[in-house]
Amino acid sequence: MSTAERANGSLKKEIIVYVCILALSGLQIVFAYQHAHGAQLLVRMLAVALIQAGLGVMYFMHLLDERKNLRLALIPATIFVLLMMNMIWSDSFRLLHMRPFVK
Amino acid sequence: MSEAGLAVEVHAPAIMEESPFAIPSKKLVMWLFIISDAVTFGAMLFAYGYVKNASPDWPEPFRFSPSILNAMLMTFILVSSSLTMLMATRAAKSGDKAGGIRWTFITVAGGVLFALLHLNEWRGLIGEGVRLFQNPWGSPMFGATFFAITGLHLTHVVGGVIALTVVALGYKRGRYNSDDIEIWSLYWHFVDLVWMFVVPMVYLLNVAR
Repeated sequence: MSTAERANGSLKKEIIVYVCILALSGLQIVFAYQHAHGAQLLVRMLAVALIQAGLGVMYFMHLLDERKNLRLALIPATIFVLLMMNMIWSDSFRLLHMRPFVK
Repeated sequence: MSEAGLAVEVHAPAIMEESPFAIPSKKLVMWLFIISDAVTFGAMLFAYGYVKNASPDWPEPFRFSPSILNAMLMTFILVSSSLTMLMATRAAKSGDKAGGIRWTFITVAGGVLFALLHLNEWRGLIGEGVRLFQNPWGSPMFGATFFAITGLHLTHVVGGVIALTVVALGYKRGRYNSDDIEIWSLYWHFVDLVWMFVVPMVYLLNVAR
């Protein structure tokens, strides 16, 4: 869809996405007050946040309407860098369990 | 060759390559900035997670009222401002210059309101004794990570407010066009998307039970 077509079309899709994003935020608050803790709660929160971000990027930022090669240029590299940051967790657990000065 | 001949030497016009993504260069630059900033925020959130995971006494200070309610209100304002920025872009792209400027300033107002609410929240936490490296509840790194992440986001919000104001005024004067409104709307949506990660990671994982 070209920018001009998008400018003159209906706002219905964007408003639906807006409502979905707000509803997902509400869902996160429900999760926060359930009995899930630790990793389970983190996974739920991250999953919802990723859905919200995906909706925002595709529909608010209109990446879905851009050329496929732009999506391929931007998204995989970003995800790769963020995934590589996960290598820190082993050190985090080391600090937690092998602290020399635990009270 | 005579001097006159040298003076009127004709150069072939430069051949410009078509953009590989069929978007203006400045839009591509904004996208590249956004992904680099996304990685920056990702690094901040990972560092926060690292420190939280390594601390056996991480505080959980955010009560439903006022902290979580405030976070909900701030989320609503920021997401709504993304919608108003969408309206501004649509208006600008369809030739409605006045509408584009109006909706951009409504977005700016939303950003200012968000920033004020955030500063008010900081004031409350500082009043409770939270500092960069100490707090009354637990791990001393809580304050540093909280203020660093929310402060970096707040800086982006304030920067966005300033940029949108400059672009809207420039658009009104004819210095900028609808492409520039669209490009800065990308930045504003990005700021909103980052907040969608900050709220669950920083606030909702640390609710007071």
